[in-house]
Amino acid sequence: MEVSLNKNPQTPNLPEEDNAVSPWIEAWRSFRRNKLAIIGTCIVLFFIMIAIFAPYIAPSGINEQVMAKRLLPPSSEHWFGTDDFGRDIFSRVLYGARISLWVGFLSVMGSLVVGTLLGILAGYYGRWVDTIISRTFDIMLAFPSILLAIAIVAVLGPSLRNALIAIAIINIPNFGRLIRSKVLSVKQEEYIIAARGIGMKNSRILFKHVLPNSMAPVIVQGTLAIATAIIEAAALSFLGLGAEAPNPEWGKMLSDARPLLTQAPWTMFFPGIAIMLTVLGFNLMGDGLRDALDPRMKN
Amino acid sequence: MSKVLLKVENLKKYFPITGGIFSKKIGDVKAVDDVSFFVKRGETLGIVGESGCGKSTTGRMLMRLIEPTEGSVIFDGKELTELNDTEMRIIRKDVQMVYQDPYASLNPRHTVEQILEEPLIVHGMGDKQERRKRVKEMLEVVGLSGYHAKRYPHQFSGGQRQRIGIARALMTKPKLIIADEPVSALDVSIQSQVLNLLEDLQAEFGLTYIFIAHDLGVVKHISDRVGVMYLGRLVEITTSSKLYEHPLHPYTEALLGSVPIPDPTVSLDREILTGDLPNPADPPQGCAFHTRCKKCMDICKIERPQLAEIEPDHYAACHLYEQSI
Ligand SMILES: Nc1ncnc2c1ncn2[C@@H]1O[C@H](COP(=O)(O)OP(=O)(O)OP(=O)(O)O)[C@@H](O)[C@H]1O
Ligand SMILES: [Mg+2]
Repeated sequence: MEVSLNKNPQTPNLPEEDNAVSPWIEAWRSFRRNKLAIIGTCIVLFFIMIAIFAPYIAPSGINEQVMAKRLLPPSSEHWFGTDDFGRDIFSRVLYGARISLWVGFLSVMGSLVVGTLLGILAGYYGRWVDTIISRTFDIMLAFPSILLAIAIVAVLGPSLRNALIAIAIINIPNFGRLIRSKVLSVKQEEYIIAARGIGMKNSRILFKHVLPNSMAPVIVQGTLAIATAIIEAAALSFLGLGAEAPNPEWGKMLSDARPLLTQAPWTMFFPGIAIMLTVLGFNLMGDGLRDALDPRMKN
Repeated sequence: MSKVLLKVENLKKYFPITGGIFSKKIGDVKAVDDVSFFVKRGETLGIVGESGCGKSTTGRMLMRLIEPTEGSVIFDGKELTELNDTEMRIIRKDVQMVYQDPYASLNPRHTVEQILEEPLIVHGMGDKQERRKRVKEMLEVVGLSGYHAKRYPHQFSGGQRQRIGIARALMTKPKLIIADEPVSALDVSIQSQVLNLLEDLQAEFGLTYIFIAHDLGVVKHISDRVGVMYLGRLVEITTSSKLYEHPLHPYTEALLGSVPIPDPTVSLDREILTGDLPNPADPPQGCAFHTRCKKCMDICKIERPQLAEIEPDHYAACHLYEQSI
C-alpha cells in the first residue's frame, strides 16, 4: 500500500507544526481559568506546605506543656492561644495538618484503588461478578457511613490507624459504584467496540482504553473524598475512636476543647477553622477538576 | 479461490427484553430476523434501511462484535460462528469496520499515531520503526499528512476523523471492510469526498465492501448490489441497476420515492412512506411491512413472505410476486 492517493481535496486548516493538544492539557487550560478552583488548589497547597514544614514553622512541639500558661487567649506570643495543658495551639494546629492530610490521602488512596479495581471488574465483566460486587456495595451503603466506620473501629480497636482503615473501607463503595457506572458507559462507546473490532484482547482494552477513559470522575471524586475523609477522621477522633492523646488531630482537639467552649473558645475555633479551610480547599479543587475533566458530571 | 468472500445464512439476533422487578425475560427484540446474503470478492454490497432496522446489528454480527442468536457466517471459507475467541481475534485482521460516528469511534486519549499503530501491535505486524512508517504512509493514503500523527482526534474535523477511521481499518490490509454509515454523520459537502476516497481505496487495494446506509441515495453509485432491510429482515436484494430502475418490493419503491415508476398501469401517484415504523419488539404479523404498504393484500397480514428469486439475480420477499414464480 505504498501508493499515495492524494487526489482527495481536503482542508487542513491546522498550521503545519506539531501542536498536539492532549485532553489533559485541554483540561488544565480550562482548570486554570476557574478562579475558585485555583483558590481551592492554593488552599490545599498551603496546607500541604504546612504539613511538610510544620517542624520548622511551629514555635513549639505538640506536647510542650507549660502549666503556668494554661488557657491563654491568642496573643503575639501564642497566635492561637494555649489549651488547658498550656500547649501552644498554633503549633498543634500546624502539626495537625500532617495527621489530617495523611489520613485523608492514605484512606482515599486505599478506597480508590480497591474501589476502582472492584468497579472495573463489575462494570466490564458484568453478570455474576457484577452481582456479587454490586450487592456487597449496596449492603455497605445501606448503613450510614459514619455508623459503619464506628462499627469497624469498634471491632479493630480505637486508634488513628484503625480509623484510617475504617474510613478507607466505608468509602470503597462510592468509588466502586462510580467507576462501575462509568465503565458501563465507556464500554458502550464506539471506540471500545472498535478496539474489539481490531482484534484486541480484553486485558488490553481494559487497561489501554476503558481505564484511562474512566479515570476522570475518579480523580474528581478522589479529591472531594479527601475532604470527606478528613471530616470523618475528625468525627471519629471527636468520638474518641481515632487519634489518641497527645496527637493534635484536629477532630481530637475539637473534642478536647468541648468543655472549654465558653471559657476559652479559641481552643475550639482554630482547629475548627483548619478543618473547614482544608475541606473547602479540597472541595473547590474537586469541583474545578470536575468542570475541567468531565463537564457532564455537573448535573 | 471462491468468488464469494462472505456468505451469511439465516442470521438472527434476538435481544431479550427484560421487565418487572425480577428482570424476567418478557420477550425479544428481533433486531435481525433470518437474514441471508453473500458478498463477492471485490464488490460492494450496500445495505439500506431506516433507522433501527438492524443494519448495524447485522454488520457487527459479521465480525461477532455481537454474538448471533442463530445462523452462519462463512468468511473466506471459514465458519466464523464456530471459532473461539483467539481464532476470531485473528480473523479480525482480515475483516475491519468503519464506524458511523467519527467523534465516538476514536479513543479521545490516544494520538492518531497510537490509534493507527494499535492494529499492527495487536496483530504483531512489524517493529516500531516499520509501524511508524506505515502510519505515516496510511495517513497520506487517506488524504491526511504525516505531521498529523502526533495530534489527538479532537483536533480534527469530522471528515478528517472519518479518514483516520478509514486508515485504521486499512492498517492490517484487510480483505473485507464493513462500513457502517461511514458518511451519515458528515456534512453533505464532505460526504462525497469520503465516498470517493472509499472508492479509490477499493480500486487501489482490491477491497470488498459492505456499505451500510439509511438512504438509497448514498449507496447508489458506490454499490454493485444493494440489499434493503425492513424491521430486521431483508426484503429485497439485487444489483444496483435493477434496484434503482426496477424495484420489486413496495418498501423499496417507497424508499426510492422520487424515482419514476416504469409501468404506468401500476399506479401514478408516487409512493411516499406513510405511517410510523412499527415497534421492533412487537412486529406486525405476516409481512412486517403490511401496516404501511399501499399494495397490501389479505395474505400479507397472515403469512410472512419469504425472500425468493423473482427474476434472475433479483430477490424479493413479497406476496405480490408469488404467482409469477
Ligand atoms: N444491545 C441491544 N439490546 C436491545 N436491543 C437492541 C440492542 N442493540 C440494538 N437493539 C435494537 O435492535 C434494533 C436494530 O438496531 P440497529 O442498531 O442494528 O439498527 P440500525 O439499522 O443500525 O439503526 P441506525 O440507522 O439507527 O444505526 C433496534 O430496534 C434496536 O433498538
Ligand atoms: Mg446503525
